[in-house]
Amino acid sequence: MTSRRPGWFVAATVLGLAFALAFLFLPIVGILADVPPGELVSRLDDGTSLDALRLSLETTAISLGIIVAVGTPVACLLATRRFRGRALVETLLELPLVLPPAVAGIGLLAAFGPQGLLGSALDDAGLGIALTTGGVVAAQTFVASPFYLRQAQAAFGALDPALAEASRTLGAGEAATFGRVVVPGAAGGLVTGAALAWGRALGEFGATLIVAGSFRGISQTAPLAIFASFSSDFTAALALSAVLLAVSGALLLGVKLLTGEAAP
Amino acid sequence: MTSGLLVEAATRVGALELAARVEVERGCLALAGPSGAGKTTLLRIAAGLLRPARGLVHCDGDVWLDTAAGADLPPERRRCGVVFQHYALFPHLSAHDNVAYGLRRLPRPERRRRAAELLERFGLAERAGARPRDLSGGERQRVALARALAPRPRALLLDEPLSALDARTRAGARRELASLLRGAGVPVLLVTHDFAEAAQLADEVAVLDTGRIVQRGAPAALALSPASAFVADFTGASVLVGMARPAPDGLTAVALEGGGEIASTDSATGPVAATVDPWEVAVAPADRPPGPTSARNRLSATVATVTPLGNRARVGLETPQPLTAELTGAAVRDLRLAPGDRVVATWKATATRLVAR
Repeated sequence: MTSRRPGWFVAATVLGLAFALAFLFLPIVGILADVPPGELVSRLDDGTSLDALRLSLETTAISLGIIVAVGTPVACLLATRRFRGRALVETLLELPLVLPPAVAGIGLLAAFGPQGLLGSALDDAGLGIALTTGGVVAAQTFVASPFYLRQAQAAFGALDPALAEASRTLGAGEAATFGRVVVPGAAGGLVTGAALAWGRALGEFGATLIVAGSFRGISQTAPLAIFASFSSDFTAALALSAVLLAVSGALLLGVKLLTGEAAP
Repeated sequence: MTSGLLVEAATRVGALELAARVEVERGCLALAGPSGAGKTTLLRIAAGLLRPARGLVHCDGDVWLDTAAGADLPPERRRCGVVFQHYALFPHLSAHDNVAYGLRRLPRPERRRRAAELLERFGLAERAGARPRDLSGGERQRVALARALAPRPRALLLDEPLSALDARTRAGARRELASLLRGAGVPVLLVTHDFAEAAQLADEVAVLDTGRIVQRGAPAALALSPASAFVADFTGASVLVGMARPAPDGLTAVALEGGGEIASTDSATGPVAATVDPWEVAVAPADRPPGPTSARNRLSATVATVTPLGNRARVGLETPQPLTAELTGAAVRDLRLAPGDRVVATWKATATRLVAR
């Protein structure tokens, strides 16, 4: 069968694709091609870069832990129960997706900062967020949580409710059923959501800067270190960027492979 | 308080007004009826997966649900085995782990032994390590049954256990299920929309229509004297048992228990249950010479009952196995059929369904 689509249309779509690929791919090439890989690795060896990477790993691990621990039951609740005001709750939980990070930062300070609604109580408990590592975690958790929640909710929603019912009739209570049947059944979506949320937390910049500033070892995560060094030491910025690029690429590829395999 | 399982419920689910009560002492009661009649709803109430507005569920003297007294045992404390319509096997667990799922309270070696023993009994020993997606439809059904029976439930509920199978697998699965249900030793409630299936698997059938039990009785009794035109249309299928062997022209001959032989276009050998719908059976007086006919099955019979149903009538025949014919009211009048009359029942081999027994 021959296509009746006019030739100019095909040409336009191919051109569009070529443009999109070039636009998205050239910056990646730029990061990797500007400086030889050997020099990139050696430039990571200065204390600032390593501190920033270490801080990024630590804070994102904590953020992700909080997101998964709190988000998993919340997502399951939203996916399986119908209740009044559900749409409102969902909207609130997804708001960080579209909220400008600067607004998120200001909001976090206004709520949990020293002069904020709960600020003095948190400060007394040693959990102040202004200019602290705790603030970095708060910013990452705030902006990254919807990425996990959306995926988890979709995964729980797609699960056959008869599986949980079967588990109950076999003697497992609600909590045991959740742990032994519901979570394993939704595992693919949960891992995907966690990977996406981790990627977002790793790249978090604006809200972190506003809430916690950019202090080496305390709040200067990898993206903030890139920002701090790019005007003075572009090669160091490139080296850190290459690391984040590799991590992001690996994450995305991992998710693709995982969800591709998990599909029926 | 009665022994066995008692389920009584009055509730509204969507457009359905359910108000029904069923009791199963021992053996198997089939809940039969059209889609949307409330069969599955009643089953879910028994299992504790659905709570009715008003209801009562007792099992061997224990109260599982009593809305008047505020008692409602959660499903995990009822010990009620359920086979779901599409089996609901846990996709991330092997066949063995699915069966062992309900055995958490046993120590590990004992759990393993019981699961292995059940897999063996259901012919699944070879498939113990396979995930549900790699099992055939019949294997899935057997895993679901083994899983439901593993914790030694006090009642067994089956929701259309054969409907997810293709026609070829279904006959074999139905035979296995029948022998299993006979040895289950606990009250069994089986939901089906197929009267023939109910007649072959259950000791008694309760017909449910728009939320109400319209008639209850042994399958043969229901087919013989349906309480309403609805039950008459829904119940049919007389069951004749016998031994099948291949016959010429690709037919199967069945020597019936108690005498007589019939033919079927279905193939089978060994013990079988033959079913024929009442509206397929014609009746002629025995003292008149038979005219030429394409019907290959002819059985001498005695009229046992005549039950008028508007413009038609159900005629109960003894061949000596019970056989039901459905005739027009006019035919019954013309032939002056009455209990005790000698007649010949005829029907086509193509209308005779065989199921291995």
